[in-house]
Amino acid sequence: MLETFGRRIRLNAAASLLAACAACGGAGLGAGSSAAPSSQTPNAAHATDVAGVNQTTQAARGDAKQNSKTDTKPDAGADAAQNQIVIENFTFKPATLTVKAGTKVTWVNRDDVPHTATDTDKRFNSGALDTDDRFSFTFEKPGTYDYFCALHPKMTGRIVVK
Amino acid sequence: MSETIKNSEANGDAAKVTEGAAKVTDGADEAGVIQEPRGTQESNGVGRRGFLKCMAWAGTGLVWAMNAGVLTSCNLASGAGSKGLFTFVQISDSHVGFNKDPNHDAAQTFQEAVKRINTLEEQPAFLIHTGDITQLSKPEEFDTAAQILRGARAGQIFYTPGEHDAFADEGKAYLERYGKGTRGGGWQSFDYKGVRFIGLVNVLNLKQGAGTGLGGSGFGQLGQDQLAWLADDLKGLSSSTPVVVFAHIPLWTVYADWGWGTDDGAQALGLLKRFGSVTVLNGHIHQIMQKVEGNVSFHTARSTAFPQPAPGAAPAPGPLKDVPAERLRSMLGLTSVNVLSKDGPLAVVDSTLG
Repeated sequence: MLETFGRRIRLNAAASLLAACAACGGAGLGAGSSAAPSSQTPNAAHATDVAGVNQTTQAARGDAKQNSKTDTKPDAGADAAQNQIVIENFTFKPATLTVKAGTKVTWVNRDDVPHTATDTDKRFNSGALDTDDRFSFTFEKPGTYDYFCALHPKMTGRIVVK
Repeated sequence: MSETIKNSEANGDAAKVTEGAAKVTDGADEAGVIQEPRGTQESNGVGRRGFLKCMAWAGTGLVWAMNAGVLTSCNLASGAGSKGLFTFVQISDSHVGFNKDPNHDAAQTFQEAVKRINTLEEQPAFLIHTGDITQLSKPEEFDTAAQILRGARAGQIFYTPGEHDAFADEGKAYLERYGKGTRGGGWQSFDYKGVRFIGLVNVLNLKQGAGTGLGGSGFGQLGQDQLAWLADDLKGLSSSTPVVVFAHIPLWTVYADWGWGTDDGAQALGLLKRFGSVTVLNGHIHQIMQKVEGNVSFHTARSTAFPQPAPGAAPAPGPLKDVPAERLRSMLGLTSVNVLSKDGPLAVVDSTLG
């Protein structure tokens, strides 16, 4: 009996991805994909009321979350996917991440076993991350941070802070 | 519920290393395999056949008998229980707190394992837990494990931590509970009826794997302090004293890609080389693996919580998730060891929970 470590599509992961894209659109950063261009409702585009256009766009998308994201900080949504490390199949992905000083990096564990993200020089340590747990660390100082999983020390990763 | 040996050979030449692996056969209840003892043990004057007794234990399992480094097996049917000096039980990898596939209640199966211990005709002198008592070193997990073990009908319980017990705080919480009578990171030694028992700790100060070129191995490690203590502990001990060593991660390299080995394990084994009978009991890999090298026999135990894949049989060493509920207990178990006499033959019996 061979173990298959296929990925399970989790509803919550899919939902958070949608929310992140919605936030991208709402914050105007354009980093994420736009789900529903206003051209889907050409008549609404002629409306003189900007708010009306927004509302119609929302209706076209069917995404009521759009509004709730407009008052979040600009970096919260857009950066979530970029400065995130996913732990799955006993691997840190991406294995090496390069970021600017002052960036917050988030690890999320998608494995069914617990892991940690532990800096070899003890500058950060996530502690036990069970499935779907996350840990964030803001890298203020430039440098190279080699880290590993304290439970499975064969798992290694690197953050390069410029 | 029974095992077959693959390539279990002992050779008088210490230089030759042979690998022994016991695989679980799929549900088939074999009567047992009678094998010819192979190899000779000239060094201590014991002939090939030597002294061999078959032990029986609570109904199921294949019996291994160790005689001067020659691992043989005998049919359970061929002998009723023959009393040796004493027995003890190795229990391992209970992972209390684990609650995912294939076992949503590791505490429950741990409890069942303890119940099996309590059905033994002869009460074991003590239990040895070879680590990963808990899943995440949480206080409530340690509490639950302790509560379950309080129900065990056994003299005393000795422990060695697994990485799951020590990773969060370099073993502080573990030592608070189980550090009494131990040194340093929790290592210990005690004598029982002429057998020296040594508990080693190889899950502290783990170095990261070689991925980023920082020179770690991702293996377990003993450390120089512990090795110095071990050398000292063995000093003056007669080479005819049977020695039993227990530690969580295997002391020999079972599978390097998954970190299944101990960096400086060879140094410990070097210190043990002069002894006529050494038995190494490990856990960590959640399956039975055996190897004989000279006078040292290695044995890893099943987990009471979940099985793991055979080396390389999966992308990673996580729990085997697709085990049907009715088959789970056939892949969990514990190990009974019967010390037959002062001269060291040990009968190692693995059995499953169902």
